[in-house]
Amino acid sequence: MSQVVVVDYGAGNTRSVRAALRHLGYDSVVSSEPHLIRSSDFVLLPGVGSARSAMAHLNSTGAEDALRDRFSEHGPILGICLGMQLALEHSEEDGGVSGRGLLRGKVEKMQIDRVPRLGWSVVEPWNEAFYFAHSFACLSEDVVATSEGITAAIHRGSFLGVQFHPEKSGPAGLSFLEKCLSPA
Amino acid sequence: MPLARLIPCLDVSGGRVVKGVSFVELRDMGDPVELAQYYSDGGADELVFLDISATPEGQQTMTSVIEKVADVLEIPFTVGGGVRSVDDAARIIESGADRVSLNSAALSNPSLISAIAEKFGSQAVVVAIDAGDGVVHTHGGRNATDIETVAWAIEAASRGAGEILLTSIKMDGHRQGFDLELTKKVRDAVSVPVIASGGAGSAEHVAEALRITDAALVASIVHENPAGLPGLRKEIEACGISLRPTRI
Repeated sequence: MSQVVVVDYGAGNTRSVRAALRHLGYDSVVSSEPHLIRSSDFVLLPGVGSARSAMAHLNSTGAEDALRDRFSEHGPILGICLGMQLALEHSEEDGGVSGRGLLRGKVEKMQIDRVPRLGWSVVEPWNEAFYFAHSFACLSEDVVATSEGITAAIHRGSFLGVQFHPEKSGPAGLSFLEKCLSPA
Repeated sequence: MPLARLIPCLDVSGGRVVKGVSFVELRDMGDPVELAQYYSDGGADELVFLDISATPEGQQTMTSVIEKVADVLEIPFTVGGGVRSVDDAARIIESGADRVSLNSAALSNPSLISAIAEKFGSQAVVVAIDAGDGVVHTHGGRNATDIETVAWAIEAASRGAGEILLTSIKMDGHRQGFDLELTKKVRDAVSVPVIASGGAGSAEHVAEALRITDAALVASIVHENPAGLPGLRKEIEACGISLRPTRI
């Protein structure tokens, strides 16, 4: 069975995402080792931590360069929530943080009635409800799915990013993860 | 706005789900991991676990419960009860919970709200308010403070709480419906989502609450008949509330 690397940002909880992977029969390892990020079958960027500290950790461990290399070599990467947001050029979070810039776009604080946006929402055009928990949202030309007009997924090359948490979205989330991983 | 949420709440003590009868006798309701899985399969949108033991041994047991729950549950869950420091919150979140719920400790030390929010994000911090006669109560609703409920909700949100869990002491346990007036007052005063709690006795009660707020916490109505959760969801939907589509 192929191996999944869950990238370590130096903080937060990766237990749920690993449990979901295990449920689907995938072996996973939490790491920020550049060689593992370059060579593994699949890389998952989880949704934990704050933008600034996550980016600092990725830069200091060399994981950031490895992610860029992986992207240019078409290695599949799935980014969840913060893991998606950091792939864009810039985020307003934590007073402004430079992202990876693999995809064009930026991350802004949402201007909606209630923030954080918490709960299940139907994602179009996939017509499936997933769980969201966020205060910031992506503005990008690479949007492939939305929910209530808010970016739910972005895609370019071998990078797919989702704002929702598939590991927290019940059977719908598990099927989604399985589809993402199936080529791996 | 996202879809309305139905959130079963499980009181945990000594590694078991318990149900209080008049706050004294605790009846064993089963294994938290099994019950959590069961409610998740039955369509719960989220779960709340309250550690009611409030002892150091109880905390350790709770940590292992959280780990086991996180390993099987594929919906979000919040853990509260005895969260007094950033370290307590970190232990809970690193064990696999999505959010922590603060109550008395936030009242005596409001900066705890922002300290946890800065580390884990606002979405990870719930502030639970036990409200009665216009003021906040502590110690499971027994002691009244002089802090006004709406003012405290506003302050908690401004300090970084990502959600308010509002329990009406008056309605709690009576199964006569939620305190809609209080819920509306608090929800109108803050810009974070609000979970109504206390008083659910029927699907219609839950629907009434979900017409005016973001989520409803339920306890005895589901614990008495865990197998009835899918049916309860259908009844709530029949009252005109959209819940998430589930595949059962």
